[in-house]
Amino acid sequence: MLLINCPHCGPRAQVEFTYERTVDSVVQPAAPVGEAMERLFTRANPRGLDDEIWRHSFGCRAWLVMTRHRATHEITAIRAAGPDALP
Amino acid sequence: MTKYSAFGLLRGAFGGQRHWQPAWRDPEPKKSYDIIVIGGGGHGLATAFYLAKVHGLRNIAVLEKGWIGGGNTGRNTTLVRSNYRQKPLHDFFEFGLKMWEHLSDELNYNVMFSPRGALILGHSDSDMTRLAERGDAMRVSGIDAELLTRDQVAKLEPLLDMSRNARFPIVGGLTQRRGGTARHDAVAWGYASAADGLGVDIVQKCEVTGFIRDGEAVVGVETTRGRIAAGRVGICVAGHSGHVAGLAGLKLPIESQTLQALVTEGVKPMINGVIMSQSVHCYISQSDKGGIVMGGDPDNWPSYAQRGQPMVTGHAIAQAIALVPALSRLRMVRTWAGVTDMSFDGSPIIGETPVANLYLNGGWCYGGFKATPASGWTYAHTLATGKPHELNAPFALDRFRSGATIDENGVGPMPNHR
Repeated sequence: MLLINCPHCGPRAQVEFTYERTVDSVVQPAAPVGEAMERLFTRANPRGLDDEIWRHSFGCRAWLVMTRHRATHEITAIRAAGPDALP
Repeated sequence: MTKYSAFGLLRGAFGGQRHWQPAWRDPEPKKSYDIIVIGGGGHGLATAFYLAKVHGLRNIAVLEKGWIGGGNTGRNTTLVRSNYRQKPLHDFFEFGLKMWEHLSDELNYNVMFSPRGALILGHSDSDMTRLAERGDAMRVSGIDAELLTRDQVAKLEPLLDMSRNARFPIVGGLTQRRGGTARHDAVAWGYASAADGLGVDIVQKCEVTGFIRDGEAVVGVETTRGRIAAGRVGICVAGHSGHVAGLAGLKLPIESQTLQALVTEGVKPMINGVIMSQSVHCYISQSDKGGIVMGGDPDNWPSYAQRGQPMVTGHAIAQAIALVPALSRLRMVRTWAGVTDMSFDGSPIIGETPVANLYLNGGWCYGGFKATPASGWTYAHTLATGKPHELNAPFALDRFRSGATIDENGVGPMPNHR
């Protein structure tokens, strides 16, 4: 189980969190159709680091952006999602 | 390679059983092949076998980064069934189920296919409505399905908790009597042995690290054992499809997640068939060695690590014990995890990619083992002819662009909600 350092609550067990989706799959409302389809229906899915959106569902309920390694599970960065959190 | 037979076993007994030979060779990779299959799991080995047997090709290699059958072929719960709801899945998996029935003969290797019945439990009136709908859909496609009453279920699996105040009260079920289990390792070894007998090179400890391109087209692979040229290359590495396709610059409608399973100590026969449920996601069967094999939900977050979280297996165990209380007396001896290709409509992908000469077989989610023969058959056809077989045509990669997805659960591109 991961120990996730919530920016609001500090280190908490993974059971309190849920995974939502990767940052690269978030679609902006104004995105052209081709780009929206690409983002919705494909993933880089690297065997390495990727940026993911998680939620502290059973804690402060905040949305978080976490950079995590898909093979080692190491979390290299974590921050609260916000207006400037997404590309 | 010698053919296995009862007579051969008897004859070998006189020589003290010292006649056994390796079941497949360990060849050095050649400089060039007509077709390279990446991935020596059940699907890849089956593909190579049918390429040689059905399409008469001889210059074929299977490249495996570890040892054959060491990935998801060795990490599943060995269930075989074709109880789906939609036509393309019916046709594909039923074709496969019919292949299972003769597979041991075809391979001259006992895959221990045991059609002991695949039962789905219904826990409410709405469950039974959905099971009836599923059963009807199957029968329309010519697949056996039988809706069972509460008493029939109780008779089929006497150890189920049938009491009215059970945690998950059982009101009926749907069974596919031709479904069952098979011996997972024997499937990989049987296909390997049969393919090797037809001249296929099975190259182990040979990881593909890149693709050789001529313009846009793929003309070979870079491996840890050197460059190998190829006419066509088939990716067949479910679990790691995202990684290997990424080496060719492709992004797939796939997210890799972990799926766990576990087995208890061996006991006398107590579970007759395969038990699944319409409402709770756990499945239970008993191996021929006596261990109770169980699985549940995927871990629901992306990972390529072949290990999972105890809380997820704990959840599956709690459900299994609620269904079959006697399981609470057993000791768990092993848990394991495999990496699954969670595709974005829950159905597999078999067919061409946007890159010339490069083909993809993946996206099996948590249901690839049962598909092994049909997957190999159709992928071999696709690789040999360059065109999909009619059974895998609906499972083309471009269905996500065209909108013709085959979404059993109606969930959309969110594998963690599936």
